[in-house]
Amino acid sequence: MHKRLIEDSLTLLRDKLLIMGGAAEKAIMLCTRALIERDSDLATRVIREDDAIDQMELEIDQVCVDVLALKQPAASDLRFVVSIARTAPLVERIADHAVNIAKHALSLNNSPELEMGVDLSSIARVVQEMLVEGLDAFTSGDPEKARATIARDDEVDALYDRLYEKVIEAMKRSPDAVTSGAEWLFVLKHLERIADYVTNICEQIVYMARGQVIKHKIW
Amino acid sequence: MDDPQERETSKDMQSPNMISEIATPTLMKGIAEPKSEIETKIDIRRLNFFYGRVCALKDVSLTIPPSKVTAFIGPSGCGKSTLVRTLNRMNDVIPNTSVKGEVCIDGQNIYSPSTDVVELRRRVGMVFQKPTTFPRSIFENIAYGLRINDLAGSKTELADRIESGLKAAALWDEVKDRLKEPAQGLSGGQQQRLCIARALAIEPEIVLMDEPTSALDPIATQRIEELIVELKERYTIVIVTHNMQQASRISDMTAFFWLGELIEFDTTEKMFTKPERRMTEDYITGRFG
Repeated sequence: MHKRLIEDSLTLLRDKLLIMGGAAEKAIMLCTRALIERDSDLATRVIREDDAIDQMELEIDQVCVDVLALKQPAASDLRFVVSIARTAPLVERIADHAVNIAKHALSLNNSPELEMGVDLSSIARVVQEMLVEGLDAFTSGDPEKARATIARDDEVDALYDRLYEKVIEAMKRSPDAVTSGAEWLFVLKHLERIADYVTNICEQIVYMARGQVIKHKIW
Repeated sequence: MDDPQERETSKDMQSPNMISEIATPTLMKGIAEPKSEIETKIDIRRLNFFYGRVCALKDVSLTIPPSKVTAFIGPSGCGKSTLVRTLNRMNDVIPNTSVKGEVCIDGQNIYSPSTDVVELRRRVGMVFQKPTTFPRSIFENIAYGLRINDLAGSKTELADRIESGLKAAALWDEVKDRLKEPAQGLSGGQQQRLCIARALAIEPEIVLMDEPTSALDPIATQRIEELIVELKERYTIVIVTHNMQQASRISDMTAFFWLGELIEFDTTEKMFTKPERRMTEDYITGRFG
């Protein structure tokens, strides 16, 4: 079969988004390690590397505009380009949440370590897995994989509620824990929001593959 | 004939005596079925068209809604121009052709023996790929159609109809001071709008356009496209186009044809964002054609 003129642009967009997704994935991994291992160097690295992710979003946005204007995609090509244009800002927001977690890590790492009883790795692991699975579903254009990933958001919400309660309990027990407890609550919220963004990405995958809008719908 | 509800006409069968009356066919089930009678202006039922023995249209059934732009798309030789010409029986003038099936406009089969073809072509105007102006003045280009359709009336009435035709085609302001000048002195885009004015002056209900902008530059094309969108409020428009961006810009409904068959017919929005059929998807995305 002949190679269509639009093909190179679509491949370029796919590659750019996957590289950006990989960078966001790495940012989440590093910011949670920065907290768990109390390693401020890792947190600083996440903050420093975020500019590159922001730049990737701008590049993807520009390529999408170029493809729409110059190649006039239709049907599945159009859905692909629109989905990329909608997904890149979501990935950028995910990376921003990682930066926020890194900033909390810097603050917490400068304070004495307090026992909160918060197993951050449990929720962070699920959130990271969701992002990996979401990007995998994107690569394969697999709406079923995307739906399975969306279903895991409930798992994150349940972990969030449980860990939130634990932090509140710790804060109630000791006034010394209030400052760092507030930081931990923000960290949990950021992780929970990342899972929401992965859910939005997966909704785009369903649209991309099937033209079906599942956003804001109970299904 | 396999189906007793089908009938056949041909160049040699235009005499009413040679065309047998048939029973009203049942509506085709499937994607082209009309939602209601009110939404149907043209109802094409199991239409087959032959150039000699070559079947150019195969069992095409679709319903065209009123006051909308319906685009026919598909690769060269898919039958879209043949189909559009069956809607005002322009194919009648091509020797050795035959038609099987029905085309109903407002419920009346235009291939029935009682059809007045001249009156049909007044109701169903046509604009072609290249501007077909006569070597006469701008005024006479429009007056000709009015006269042969007995719509000229008095001199005042004739002038009024010409003016309203030119206004409807968005050409009046450009030519009102030079109506006596040769039409062929106009630009290509203006000549095409003159052809549209000529079609509109005789007050048709339907306007067929067979690649009306393929010979025009982008500015003239844009004017014609804007005009088509304006005209759909008053007319049912059927346009054949090779330009898929044009179909997506101006049409409400799109029909995709392949080798004489209707593959898919749906709203333009659906056809260009999530077509049902793989073949439509492949054509629209340039994977074949």
